[in-house]
Order: sequence, then C-alpha cells, then structure tokens
Amino acid sequence: MTVTVWISRDAGALALGAEATAQALVAAARKAGSDIKLRRNGSRGLYWLEPLVEVECAADRIAYGPVTAQDVPGLVEKGMLRGEPHPLRIGPIEKHPWFASQQRLTFARVGRIDPLDLDDFIAHGGFQGLRRALEIGSLATVNEVVESGLRGRGGAAFPTGIKWQTVLKQPAGQRYITCNADEGDSGTFSDRMLMEGDPFSVIEGMTIAGVAVGATRGYIYLRVEYPHAYQVMSTAIGAARKAGYLGADVCGSKLAFDIEIRLGAGAYICGEETSMLESLEGRRGEIRVRPPLPAEKGLFGAPTVVNNVVTLATVPVVLAAGAAAYRDFGQAKSRGTLPLQLAGNVLRGGLVERAFGLTVRELLYDYGGGSASGRPIRAVQIGGPLGAYLPESQFDTPLEYEALSAIGAMLGHGGVVAFDDTVDMLEMARYAMEFCAHESCGKCTPCRIGSVRGAEALGNIARGINPEGNFSLVEELCDTMLQASLCGLGGMAPFPVLSAMKHFREDFRQGPGR
Amino acid sequence: MTSAAAPKPISQAQKDEVLAIVARHKQEPGPLIEILHDVQRSMGYVPAEAVPLIAGALNLSRAEVHGVVTFYHHFRSAPHGQKVLRLCRAEACQSMNGRALELHAKQRLGIGFGETTADGAITLEAVYCLGLCACSPAAMIDEEVHGRVTPEHLDELLKRAGAGAKP
Ligand SMILES: Cc1cc2nc3c(=O)[nH]c(=O)nc-3n(C[C@H](O)[C@H](O)[C@H](O)COP(=O)(O)O)c2cc1C
Ligand code: SF4
Ligand code: FES
Repeated sequence: MTVTVWISRDAGALALGAEATAQALVAAARKAGSDIKLRRNGSRGLYWLEPLVEVECAADRIAYGPVTAQDVPGLVEKGMLRGEPHPLRIGPIEKHPWFASQQRLTFARVGRIDPLDLDDFIAHGGFQGLRRALEIGSLATVNEVVESGLRGRGGAAFPTGIKWQTVLKQPAGQRYITCNADEGDSGTFSDRMLMEGDPFSVIEGMTIAGVAVGATRGYIYLRVEYPHAYQVMSTAIGAARKAGYLGADVCGSKLAFDIEIRLGAGAYICGEETSMLESLEGRRGEIRVRPPLPAEKGLFGAPTVVNNVVTLATVPVVLAAGAAAYRDFGQAKSRGTLPLQLAGNVLRGGLVERAFGLTVRELLYDYGGGSASGRPIRAVQIGGPLGAYLPESQFDTPLEYEALSAIGAMLGHGGVVAFDDTVDMLEMARYAMEFCAHESCGKCTPCRIGSVRGAEALGNIARGINPEGNFSLVEELCDTMLQASLCGLGGMAPFPVLSAMKHFREDFRQGPGR
Repeated sequence: MTSAAAPKPISQAQKDEVLAIVARHKQEPGPLIEILHDVQRSMGYVPAEAVPLIAGALNLSRAEVHGVVTFYHHFRSAPHGQKVLRLCRAEACQSMNGRALELHAKQRLGIGFGETTADGAITLEAVYCLGLCACSPAAMIDEEVHGRVTPEHLDELLKRAGAGAKP
C-alpha cells in the first residue's frame, strides 16, 4: 500500500532543512521497502516544528516534528510510516492546541493542500467566492466587501470596500488591480506563506477585485527577496490561465482578467503604494503626492486598486461565507480574523490566525512559550520597522487597530517581534533611524536629512557625547519628521525611536561603556 | 579584502544581449525595471555600458536609466563573486544574535557588506528581512535559504560554498 507523506516546500521549512528531510525520507522508505508518495505543501505555520512530516493514516494526517534528515531513518524504523508512537510524534496537527485554538479563514488551506494542485484547491472551497461574485455582479460584490468590515492588512488598515467603491465610481476606461506583495516589514511573512502555500487564493481574490471594479488587468508587485514565492505564484498563474480561471473569458463569464508578476528590486519604500506604482511603471520608487489617490489616478494614470496579499486572499472568504459571517469574527472596528506573525526571540514562532482581540501577552506566552533564549522578554516591536516598541507593562493590550493606536502603537501588517533582556534599546532606536536613512526615497528633507542626523545623535548618546543635548535633538528631529514628512516612512520612523526613549529610558542614560 | 576589481569592458556579444533583452520587453508598459532584472540575471550585474544602450532604445535619458539603477539596492554595478551570501540585518534577526553572526561573517571572510572575497568566491550582501523571521537569524546563499544560522553553521555553509578559511 502506498503511504502519502506531506513535507512542506515553504521557504521557512526549507530554511530549516525540509529538503534534506524529504530526500532522507525517500531514501529510508526505499531501503525499508515501503512505497511512499511524497507530496509537498505550504507550511502549517508552526515553524518551531519544521521540518514537519505528516503521514496519512486512515482519515488523519499524523504529524512528526521537528524532523531532521538524521532523524528520518530511526523514525521510519520505529514505524513513522504507520503513524506509530515516537517522541517526535505530534499527532494530527489540527488537534494540536497551538493550531486548534486558531480560527483559520484566510489561511484555511495553507499547509493542507498541494499549493499547485488546482483540483485540491477546488475540493477545499476554492473559487466559490469568485463564482458568487460572478453571480451577484460588480456592485453587489463591492457592497459585500464593504459590509464585511474588512480593512487592509498591509498596514494602513483602510476599509477595502470603500477603496473599491472609489475605483468603481471613476469614469469608464482602463482600470487596474495591483497586489502589494512587497512585504518588507521585519517580523512578517504572511504574504509569503500565502503565495507559497495557497497561490490560487491570491489569484481568486484579485480576480474578484477585477470583477468588482471592472478591471481586466492585475499586477503582483513581488519583492525580489522571495524567489520561492515567485516560482509558486508564476506557476499557479499559468495553471489558472490554462484552466480558464484567468484570461479572456473568466469561468465562462465573458469577463476578461489576467495577472502579471513584476519583481521589486530591494527597496523597502516600494511597499508604500504610490512608490510601488512608480516602480511598477519602471521608475525610481519616489513617493507621489496625494491627491489624486491611486483609486482615482493610479497605475499608468488609470483608477487602481492597491491591496495587500492577505487582504486580497481574504476577499474570497468574505464572498463565499458572506459578509455577515466574516463580520462575526473580531471586535469593535476590527472585524474578521488577523494572521499574526510571531517572530524573533520566541520559543514557538509562526503564524497565528485568530479573530482580533488576542493580547500581546497571550500571543507571546500561550503561543510563543516565552523567549527562545529562556531569558525574560523585555520588549516587542509590533508592525515592522516603523512600529512602536512595547514594554512589558503594555503586554495586556489587545492586538487590534484602535487599542494599539490608543497607546501610540500600530498593528501594521501584523508582525510581532520579541526581544529578551539583552536587547540594547538605544541601539534599536539608532538602527530605526539608520534604516529610515537607508531606505528614504529622498523626496523630502525631514526624512532624508532627519533620519541621518537622528542616527548620528543616537550614536553620540551611545558614545557618551553630550547625552542630554543629543536626547533633546532626537526628540526635535522626530517631531519634525512626524509633522512634515511626505509619507509613512519618515512619518512613522519616529515611532520605534520615541517609544524606545519613553519606555526604556534607562538604556539612554548611561555614558560610555554602557 | 577587496571589493571586486573594476569591471572589464563588456564585449560586443554582451552588448547585443542587452539590446536583445530590451527588444524583448520594449512593447510592455513601463519595462525598464524588467529589463534591468534580465540584464542582471544574464550578466550578474548591470554594466555601466548597458545604461546608454538601454536609454537609447527606450528613448530615455542616460540620467533617467542611471537614476533607476542606483535607486534600487538590488541592482549591482560590478560583477559579484561565484556565490552571493545575503545576511538579514533586520530586527527579528537582530533579536536572535544576528549582529554577532554578521560580525562573524565579516571577520571570517575578511570583507564588509557589498564586497567580494579576493579569490572571487563570495560576495557578502546585507538584506532587510527574508520573511524567515520565525527562524531567525536568516541567510541566503544564492537562492538557498537558511534559518537559525549560528556562526558554526555559517562556517559550514561557507565551506560548502567553496570559500576557504581566511589565511
Ligand atoms: C513605508 C511604507 C511601506 C509599506 N510597505 C508595504 C508592504 O510591504 N506591503 C503592503 O501591503 N503595504 C505596505 N504599505 C502600505 C501601503 O502603502 C498600502 O496602504 C497597502 O498596500 C494597501 O493595501 P491594503 O489596504 O490591502 O492594506 C507600506 C506603507 C508605507 C508607508
Ligand atoms: S518621508 Fe522619506 S520616503 Fe517618504 S517621501 Fe519623504 S523622503 Fe521619501
Ligand atoms: S527579520 Fe530577518 S528574516 Fe525577517
């Protein structure tokens, strides 16, 4: 009898040795005379258990992890291919508390299916959202997204349906759907996991957006640092086209929609939507002054939807389940589920998708299991390199838009990075300024000059040079950047700096030899 | 020790290759970055001589093309070594001793970011997040990804990549 075994081809799993594990398994099975069928999936998001091996036994998939190549022969000998006991045996992943406590809507298929198997996608609910959109038509589709309360998951949290309404209202003519897959924030990987683990969901979401606003062409702006996602996404687009889900006649609807991938070139600022549009047009990624909004005059001057990968991949869920069902998840103005990404110095990092409302502490300890180093967690940064640092006293804050903004923080793309007590917060503040200087598009002075001077001043504090004077200088520079920057890079880079200065003041006090 | 020596002038065949790449993309909307990607994929970098060729064929000024090449960190103006080691410098990797790893790599290779070892084996580059932040610190050798990289692990990877130990 052939045993089906799943091992992930997600870049995170590969980074932990999944390819070697897969090869070792094929060799060990051959040696044992067992017939296996190796299938490759996305990651379940439990990176602390990768490389994860799942063996199909009757109705269940019995997981073992983390399984290194060296572990494989012993495991096969002990009966892994029959699901037998072993210290590395986890049992069905769906029943593991880390997973069972999640509410996976956007990530429902990631790790379960073969990302490039269209039939597998369809068997797990794929294209139901698109079929419904085609059935109810443009206006009703936009309304459904408005009703769902879905807000952009890329960082700015703007209501998705409202953005689509603006595009729909524009005079007739060419319109575009752009998928922002630049995912530059440190601590985030949900876009990558979706593109590698369920690429058809991104295609489906973009196509629904096309149907909704009357666009026939979509672009995915994909960061060049993601070669694996590029591979999977482009293969999936080809397969969808071949099967009639993209092209001149989407699903026999007579509506046309097609998608092209464009690679970024290592500029963080190109994740900002107007910079991304400049880059898609083949230019330097300099910010465009708004108005007009991209929804009015976007790519090549045409009305354009710009949405994040997670936002777009969530749209099919909204359409398939209905706006009300999606809205039922979450609280206040944060509706639905949020794929949190737990990263940095934690024991059990990975992807946690749940209705909004989980607190930082629950995420860090219930899921993360505390720090990886075993030392106390001293700080977390939420929302990428432009997000605030939170001290322990703020760990009971719920991870939702309004609660975070009330404490001067932001959720951004949902990345949470933990630091233990060896972190030097003065150095993290200096790094935040250095990063801003490195990535500044140069269009406005507060950001271009302010960040360079800010990094210098923080460096001087570290060297004990006029600490008080430099501390005030940094405060002033931050103030100018906050007030006068043209975009979010210069406008938000002060958040990590000021929060570090406020909550971790002790790190800024000592002089030389700190 | 050294950054790569000044690039050699490119050959006629390479110039033809650049022009062929331009011709392939010319009809697409906003093709410049696509063209630069293909040039770098084919030649390993974007040679200075390619700039006027591309500019001429696209009806852009040299300054415009040069401006795009220099704006993006990904585009190189000199050839890279046989392998490119990219180390993540971003926050999640810093929280897991990324700084120490960075120092180790620089000492071990005797070069800084943006430089190539004297034997031409390895180019060291900084990156800001590889999306592998749940298994930090992360690195990439060409397109091969590695997580939870320790200095010892890195030495092994470098050895496999053909970078001899520093004399
Ligand atoms: C400096 C900067 C970087 C950004 N980077 C990204 C990014 O990498 N991915 C993304 O989706 N949005 C990013 N954004 C937000 C985008 O400007 C935009 O709001 C978003 O793509 C819209 O999609 P959404 O409404 O679905 O979130 C960034 C914003 C700023 C200011
Ligand atoms: S804030 Fe920085 S990145 Fe944004 S427009 Fe100004 S210079 Fe460019
Ligand atoms: S911060 Fe290093 S991989 Fe994301």
